Amino acid sequence: MRQRLADREGTLAWLFLMPSVIYIIALVGLPFLLAVGFALSDVKSGDPSFDFVGFSNFDAIFDDPVFWRSLGNTFLFTGISMLFIVIFGKVLANILVADFKGKWLVRFLVLLPWTTPVTLGAISWLWLLDSIFSPIDWILRQLGLLGEPGALFGAQSNMYWLGEPGLAMASVIAVHVWRLTPLAAVIMMAGLVAIPRDLDEAARVDGAGYWRRMFEVTIPLTLPVIAVSALFGAIFTFTDMAVVDVLTNGGPNNATQVLTSWAFFKGIDGGDVGQGAAVALFLFPLLLAAAIAILRAVRRLEVR
Amino acid sequence: MYFWRRAGVYLLAIGAAFFCAAPFLWSLITAFKQNRDLYNPANNPFVFNRPATSDHVLYLFTKAAFGTFAWNTLWVGLLVVLITLALSLPAAYALARLDRPWAGWFGIAIFLVYLVPPSLLFLSLSRIVVAFGLQDDTFSLVLIYPTITVPVSIWLLIGFLKAVPRDIEEQAMVDGYSRLGAFWRAVVPLTFPGIVAVIVFAFTLTASEFIYALSFVSPSTEKVISTGVPTELVRGDVFFWQSLQAATVLVALPLAVVFNLFLDRFITGFTQGAVKG
Repeated sequence: MRQRLADREGTLAWLFLMPSVIYIIALVGLPFLLAVGFALSDVKSGDPSFDFVGFSNFDAIFDDPVFWRSLGNTFLFTGISMLFIVIFGKVLANILVADFKGKWLVRFLVLLPWTTPVTLGAISWLWLLDSIFSPIDWILRQLGLLGEPGALFGAQSNMYWLGEPGLAMASVIAVHVWRLTPLAAVIMMAGLVAIPRDLDEAARVDGAGYWRRMFEVTIPLTLPVIAVSALFGAIFTFTDMAVVDVLTNGGPNNATQVLTSWAFFKGIDGGDVGQGAAVALFLFPLLLAAAIAILRAVRRLEVR
Repeated sequence: MYFWRRAGVYLLAIGAAFFCAAPFLWSLITAFKQNRDLYNPANNPFVFNRPATSDHVLYLFTKAAFGTFAWNTLWVGLLVVLITLALSLPAAYALARLDRPWAGWFGIAIFLVYLVPPSLLFLSLSRIVVAFGLQDDTFSLVLIYPTITVPVSIWLLIGFLKAVPRDIEEQAMVDGYSRLGAFWRAVVPLTFPGIVAVIVFAFTLTASEFIYALSFVSPSTEKVISTGVPTELVRGDVFFWQSLQAATVLVALPLAVVFNLFLDRFITGFTQGAVKG
C-alpha cells in the first residue's frame, strides 16, 4: 500500500506542495489580510484594541504633506536608481563575460557590494560621506575645488553630503546603485551566457562589428532578461529602506523619506500601527502593476 | 586595434573593481587607525599618520557583542536554509515534474508571493510574532525568514529540476524505486548544483535582511549582524567608526568568497529558471 501511495502522482504533488502552501498562507497571506485590517482600524501599539474606523487612516495620511513627499521621493529614488543600475549592470556584465587575466579577483571585488549585508555596506558609505572627515572632501580640498574662496564647490570646508537635501538624495541613490549593480550584472550575465553562440558568430561572419553586434544581436536578444531584472530591481528598490535608514534616517527634513521608511516611522517608532499599515499598503497597487509587467515580459520570453 | 581593445577591457575591469571595492578599502584603512590620527581633518586620510593599532578591532570582540551577532546570524541563516530546502525542493519538484494541469498557475502564484515585500508585512508579522511568544527572540527570525527565501528558491529550483533528464527517473523507477524513491535517490543528487545555489542565495538574503530583524528583536544579545552592528556600535551621536568599519570588512570578505565560489552555478540556475522556465 505504501508503495502505491508513493507512486500516485496527484497525491504526491499535493503532499509535496502542501507544506509550502500552508506556510505561505499562514505567514504571507494572513499577515497581508491583517495589514489591510490594520489600515482600516485604529490599532496603536499602546492601545491594541481593534476598532473599525473605515478610511480615516487614509484620510489622515493623505492630509500629511510628508506622505506626498515620501511618495514623490520613492518614485524619484526608484526611477533614477533603476536607470543607472541597468546601464552599469549591462556594462559590468559585458566586462565580466570577457576573458582577461585576474578575472577571479575582479569578480570577487565587484560582487562585494551585493554580498555584504546592506546595513554594513551603507555604514561604510556613511563614513565615506562623513560631514567632517569625508575623504572625498579631503581630495576636493587638495585639488583646490573646495574650501577656498572662489573654489568650484564653494568656500566651506565640507560638502555635507548627507546634510543638504539635494546631495543627500543623490548620495542615497548612489549607494543604492552601488549595492544593486552587481546583482543586475549577475542576472544579465546569465542572459548573455544563454545567447546561442552561433548567432553571434553568424553576425561576426557577416562582418558586423562589436557595437553593431551589441545593439543588433546582443541587446535585442537579452532585452527580456534585462526587463525582468530591471523590474525585480525596481520592486526591490521600491520597498527598500535600509540604505535610507542608515544613511539619513529620512532626513534632512524628510528630503530622503521614502514610503517604506515613513511607514516604519509611523507604525513602529510612532506606534500608530493603523496609519503605518495604511502607508505600507499604498505600495501594493504599485507593486501589482510591476508584477503584471514582469509576467508579461516573462511570457514574451517563453514564446520565443 | 587588438591591443587597444585588450587595454580597454583591462581598464574597464580595473575601474569597475575599484568603484565596487573602494568603500571597503577605505574601511580597512580606517579600522586600524588611532583616534588622534582619524579625527584630524588635516591629516591625509589614506595613510597612517600615526602607527596602526588593532585596539578597535579587538573592541568588537571584547566590549561589543560582535561574536554573539555573528553567531546569531550564522545559526539563523543555517536553520533558515534547512527549512527553505525542506519546503521548496518538494514543492519545486511537484511543479516541475509531476505534470499537474494547475502547475503553471501555481508557479505564477508563488512568483507573486515573492513580490509581497517585507515592508508590507512587517507591522502585522510583528503582531504574529508576539502572538507566538517569540517577541525579542532571535528564533522569531527563523520562523519568518523563510517567507522571503521559499518563493525565490522554488523559482530557482524549478529551473534546475527541469534540466534533469526525465529518463533518469524513469530508469530509477524501472529499477524498482517508487516515484518518491526516484525523486530522493536519483533526482535530488543531480540537482545538487541548484541546491548549492539555493543555499548560498538564501543565506545571503537572510544575512542582509533588515526590516524584520529591526522590528522583531531589540535586546542586544538576540540581535543579528545586520541590526546589531549599526545599533550597538553607535551610541547616540558617538560612532565607533574603526570598530564599525572592521565589522564591515570581517563580514563582507567571507560572504563574498563563498558567493564567488558558486557564482557560475548561480548564473546557470538563473538562466534555466528564466529561459526554460
